[in-house]
Amino acid sequence: MSPLAIETRKLGRIYKIRGNKKEKNVRKELAALSDVGIQIEQGELFGLLGPNGAGKTTLIKILTTLLAPSTGEAFVAGYNVLNEPQHVRPRINMVSGGESSGYGLLTVRENLWMFSQFYGMPSREANQRIVDLLKLVGLGDRINTKSSDLSTGLRQKMNIVRGFMTDPEVLFLDEPTLGLDVGASRDVRHLIRGWLDDDKKRTLLLTTHYMVEAEELCDRVAIINQGRVLACDSPSVLKRRLQEDILFEIKTSPLNGLSAQAIEDLPEVHTASLTEMEDGALLKLALVEESALGPVINALTDKNITIMSLNKHEHSLEDVFVQLVGHSIAEAEKGSQDE
Amino acid sequence: MLNLHKSEFWRSFRVATWLGWQIESNWADPLLFVIYSIVKPLASASILVVMYGIITNSNFQNPLFPYIYLGNAFYIYVGAVMGGVSWAVIDDREHYKTLKYMYVAPIKIPVYLLGRGVARFLTGSISVFITILAGVVFLKVPIVLQQINWPLFFLSLLIGIVMLAMMGLLLGSITLLLVHHSFGIAEGVAGALYLFSGAIFPLEVLPAWLRPVGFAMPITYWLELLRRSLVGNVAQAFPTLAGFSNLDLFGILVVLSVAFGILAIYAFRWCDYRARERGLIDRVTNY
Repeated sequence: MSPLAIETRKLGRIYKIRGNKKEKNVRKELAALSDVGIQIEQGELFGLLGPNGAGKTTLIKILTTLLAPSTGEAFVAGYNVLNEPQHVRPRINMVSGGESSGYGLLTVRENLWMFSQFYGMPSREANQRIVDLLKLVGLGDRINTKSSDLSTGLRQKMNIVRGFMTDPEVLFLDEPTLGLDVGASRDVRHLIRGWLDDDKKRTLLLTTHYMVEAEELCDRVAIINQGRVLACDSPSVLKRRLQEDILFEIKTSPLNGLSAQAIEDLPEVHTASLTEMEDGALLKLALVEESALGPVINALTDKNITIMSLNKHEHSLEDVFVQLVGHSIAEAEKGSQDE
Repeated sequence: MLNLHKSEFWRSFRVATWLGWQIESNWADPLLFVIYSIVKPLASASILVVMYGIITNSNFQNPLFPYIYLGNAFYIYVGAVMGGVSWAVIDDREHYKTLKYMYVAPIKIPVYLLGRGVARFLTGSISVFITILAGVVFLKVPIVLQQINWPLFFLSLLIGIVMLAMMGLLLGSITLLLVHHSFGIAEGVAGALYLFSGAIFPLEVLPAWLRPVGFAMPITYWLELLRRSLVGNVAQAFPTLAGFSNLDLFGILVVLSVAFGILAIYAFRWCDYRARERGLIDRVTNY
């Protein structure tokens, strides 16, 4: 078994929030993280999935030594982030999306070179790596552009390169594709996957509230809401948990007197529902076993019913999230904005 | 694996100095640089000279004049070096939003902040030199090159700059915890110390209960040593520190500088811990 790249034990973080001018002396407490216990193995691409305000960034801040936990412990590369930050920092790097950090008066190359020097990279190696990575994200032609002249999206790409450039053991990406267009997001996802595939000792923790990104990239995902980890597993296992029945949708010609009950009576068919449509019918099936589909199709063809289309319905991480939290990420974010 | 064997100290200082210089020298218009580094200090010295002239009926031969003029000129370093170091916290956190990335990097943050102050020391040196030159050429400040105690001057200058850098670190540490109102902290402190460090008047002018503040500040002894090294006996004519030899003053300067240095290091550790505890490392308040 690989050594753990990241481990948290009963990790909690409480923010003390001061009231407005009238309630200056009133201190409120907000639990940003509660009792979080995760174990991430070396080589994993681990995703934290949750709406804004779920506690994802707080967890990353603790793991990158920027924030002290209120309770519990956290370890990165085997070192305690609170007591041994000097051992953690050489082994990590971090990029936050959706912000335009960096020294605008420096060129892209200078910004990246400077950080490489903080990490002790030989200058020549750093310059070569800067060129290579900028090409990978489509920024090769902007290497000598002052970063203040870059758009927000391009600046974010530059920062993403900053994270990868030092080749850390553990890389933390906090919403890396937030605010990027479709093409740029795809470039970043390719970079992420490629970087991990190049060396199995590399570990990456990614936060996102984009379901597709988590599903496409992550080996395992922790669904987090209101500071608590609600579920943690691979996307396929999380989806399988939800999917006890196998769901099919069959669009057919008119049913010629065939009833839903007749189909439901077939072996291994859990439920069947029929909806009459203008040019035929829609048959929704929940099967205990996929093999039950054959007898259903036979029953249809016996009645001279033509099958127009057949779709297997796959559950998504969004469905998993809705089941665990009770509403979608978009609804959760809308709710937090309304508050 | 990266080459992490290079000294973290040297790496932090060297790259921070480079960055500080890039920021300080990034003047879009050289005219602005001239205004900031030359005209501004000369203008503030001129105000002092005019006030002195009115009060003393233009008695520029009085030893008080070089006392005031040199004290004011060297005091430029106080704002420049202290401000240069502590401002880096505000600049990186609020403006460039990079402080958190500096924290995540394997560098020594106090050394990084000190490195960021070097550029301000260099631009401050230009201002100090121009101001003193103007005083010698136009106002007959009695500096005679052959009579300058160069070893004392350079040694005092060096110790003083290190001392100011450590005081800057102290301010930078406090700035880490101040999410509001932190922008004027360096200027505010430099302004307050202007009164207590004998820069433009002897400490005797202060009420007796305020004088201990001046005696506890290393800047007081540093300015006196610089004056003595440049204008010799003229500076010694004042009663405040007349009873102390150069060696006495130097000893006191070194002891107080070390004390402030140790205080700055411990203050940084404590403030750093508190800032991480309160989540202030990346807190942006500039809205």
